[in-house]
Amino acid sequence: MSHATGTKYLKGGILPHMWCSGCGIGIMLGALLRAFEELDYTTTDTVVVTGIGCTGKADDYMITNALHTTHGRALAYATGIKAYNPRLNVVAIMGDGDGVTIGGNHFIHACRRNIDLTAVILNNLNFGMTGGQVSGTTPPQRYTSTTAYGNPERDFDICALAEAAGANYAARCTPYHGWEMKENMKEALTKKGFSVVEVVSPCPTHFGRHNEMKETPDMLHWLRDRAISIEDYRRLPEAERTERLAIGTLVSRDFPDFNTQYELVKARAQKG
Amino acid sequence: MQGNHAIAEGAIYAGARFYAGYPITPSSEIAEECSRKLPKLGGVYIQMEDEIASIAAVIGASLAGAKSFTATSGPGFSLMQENLGLAVMGEVPCVVVDVQRAGPSTGLATRPAQSDIMQIRWGRHGDQSVIALCPSSVKECFTLTVTAFNFAERYRVPVVLMPDEIVGHMRENVEVPAPGELEVVDRKRPAGPPADYKPFKADEDGVAPLAAYGGEYVFHVSSSMHGLDGYSNNDPANAAWRVKQLHEKIDRHRDEIVLTKRFGTDDADVLLVTLGATTRSGRAAAIEARRQGVKAGVLQLQTVWPFPDREVAELGRRAKMIVVPEMNYSGQIAGEVRKAVGPDVDLRQVNRYNGTIITPQDILAVMLGAK
Amino acid sequence: MTTRSDHFEVILAGTGGQGLILSGILLAEAAILEGKNVVQTQSYGIASRGGLSLAEVIIDTEEIIFQQVQRPDCILALTEEATRKYEGWAAKGVPILYDSTLANARTAPNFTGYAFTQTASDLGNEMSVNILALGTVAAKTGVVRMETLEQMIRKRFKGTAVEMNLKVLAAGRDLTAR
Repeated sequence: MSHATGTKYLKGGILPHMWCSGCGIGIMLGALLRAFEELDYTTTDTVVVTGIGCTGKADDYMITNALHTTHGRALAYATGIKAYNPRLNVVAIMGDGDGVTIGGNHFIHACRRNIDLTAVILNNLNFGMTGGQVSGTTPPQRYTSTTAYGNPERDFDICALAEAAGANYAARCTPYHGWEMKENMKEALTKKGFSVVEVVSPCPTHFGRHNEMKETPDMLHWLRDRAISIEDYRRLPEAERTERLAIGTLVSRDFPDFNTQYELVKARAQKG
Repeated sequence: MQGNHAIAEGAIYAGARFYAGYPITPSSEIAEECSRKLPKLGGVYIQMEDEIASIAAVIGASLAGAKSFTATSGPGFSLMQENLGLAVMGEVPCVVVDVQRAGPSTGLATRPAQSDIMQIRWGRHGDQSVIALCPSSVKECFTLTVTAFNFAERYRVPVVLMPDEIVGHMRENVEVPAPGELEVVDRKRPAGPPADYKPFKADEDGVAPLAAYGGEYVFHVSSSMHGLDGYSNNDPANAAWRVKQLHEKIDRHRDEIVLTKRFGTDDADVLLVTLGATTRSGRAAAIEARRQGVKAGVLQLQTVWPFPDREVAELGRRAKMIVVPEMNYSGQIAGEVRKAVGPDVDLRQVNRYNGTIITPQDILAVMLGAK
Repeated sequence: MTTRSDHFEVILAGTGGQGLILSGILLAEAAILEGKNVVQTQSYGIASRGGLSLAEVIIDTEEIIFQQVQRPDCILALTEEATRKYEGWAAKGVPILYDSTLANARTAPNFTGYAFTQTASDLGNEMSVNILALGTVAAKTGVVRMETLEQMIRKRFKGTAVEMNLKVLAAGRDLTAR
């Protein structure tokens, strides 16, 4: 049996892509498109919604329906699409800036509303496109182009945020674990309700350079060495967890999604 | 019926089946009415987390095929501006209702103003055109809402309906038009082979057909500068063509878009240029002025943007005096009138900016006062 | 502006929570049912309870151009604050019906005090003072028929509230008989 390549969703003649060598966005996009193919997604019934930033350029490479939006608002646009036409597969592709920094309010409300979308959030720990400034997911005391002496703030745990806010599904992966990433994407895409796949990714050009990981593969190795499956992570003593990155399916549950709940509202309205 | 209810009813009459919003005084009755009516009709009412999300959801739903709208007031309208720019850039039909209240900032939340006129025209970054309509009665709340949807659909643009708080909260007896009585326009859909569909390739009327997500036509819409196919395109020649085309599709239909009403203007020595609730103050003042021997007439701007400059100039140059009553300090309409009629016309302003209404006496005092 | 006999303007003023905007709506709807043109406007503060709150209703057989009251034919004032705001009109011949429970007594011409709040309270529902006072205004001015208001109440309220409000409306009407 041949493996899915995802190329049928790629715009012809578009490669090579714009992202820096060592960046995880290409791997993320590849995993997503392979997941589309394995799930038999059609270009007509799929809408990709993107925001602004390196990750927000992903729609340029795709031939599904797409809406390239404003910074941080992709989930709100996606909510309108899905609420009006529940039949569509709606996927929001965002960076950590879009997803949980400027767009943090939309993220927690999309989780709470549990709208049946998939949010793919590429978390490269900083604002890559604009020159490596600090973001809501930059770890404390790390260096960026706007935290010259270290980040005084804490970082968001995207999956924990999703869980607390009510999402049905949250998974974390890294570009080092491409196969698992595709599997997580498939789980997320098929999960009814709001699902999040966080892809913790290298940004060798900015974050790596500022944080003693100058060579292109350094950050990838850093992620590889820190990553541990969620099952193993849970077995670790608390003290040993701090430097580790739990990957895999962190949250999977089945609260009713927005559209299902809204059908009840419509039924009640139409009865009265 | 209340003005705000008439707006909700007008939207539904025009075919709106999607509302996303965030409550704000003095617009919330529109949301409340939609939350009662839309689910009955199989439509969607969704309360979003803020106004930024509300207009985003409205645009998303429109691209999925809905006639969609939102309602807000000045503070919320400010929040919508960036995403409203996407509706301009992506040529997405939708309607935004800004029930104007007194500012600046939180200001007087329950009091009327007509001070968002320039925010509506210029509030977004980048250079662009916009259509805005202003009702002066409950009946016009209904009819101009239908018109707003028609313009949005016909020209693939966001349209702003800008009642003031007085009109939004006023109740009057109105005959609701029967189905079919008012024209209802639907956006042009593509007809050719799906593989050839280009979402920004305009027909001869300057407007491109718009497909809906989920149909046989697959398409890209982008906030970034894009080409005919909707994909990013940073070429200067392409950017120049896009910006020009966005302006021109409104400019070339200007005469269909500009709506005004005239009350006793044929022989008017004094021309009142009015919008919204001050139209009624102006009409009452004009009747009283004629009783006192002064020939006064009223030009009501139902369309505020594009500004009815030719209509103002035509009547204004014949008049001995123009009076512009408006509920703002800076004379946002008066400035446009001045641009239209030139520097030599006797132009007088009546401005109120304390959250109270301009009365006919206020206007008469300026109109009949010392010359 | 001139006042024609078929043009009627009323101000219903009080404090937020007394329900005067609803009184204005009921009066306006009753007038519509009687074939008149109406405009009802309101002015209120940001609080649902407290603060000056008022409804204006204009009723005419012809088109109503200016939507605000210019020269009231009657003023209802349910608080001292509202009575004070409008008391200047009494000297110009405008009848002011004020709530003698909540406002200080006035002896000047054109002031008529009614114990609106006390009467509503005696009937078991102080919150229905808006309907009670509406009954008084309608009986005093004759601007709409009492039966039309009763019809509006049957349409607006449900269950036991209908009978209660009809009773209160009648009590308001009867206040004018004293």
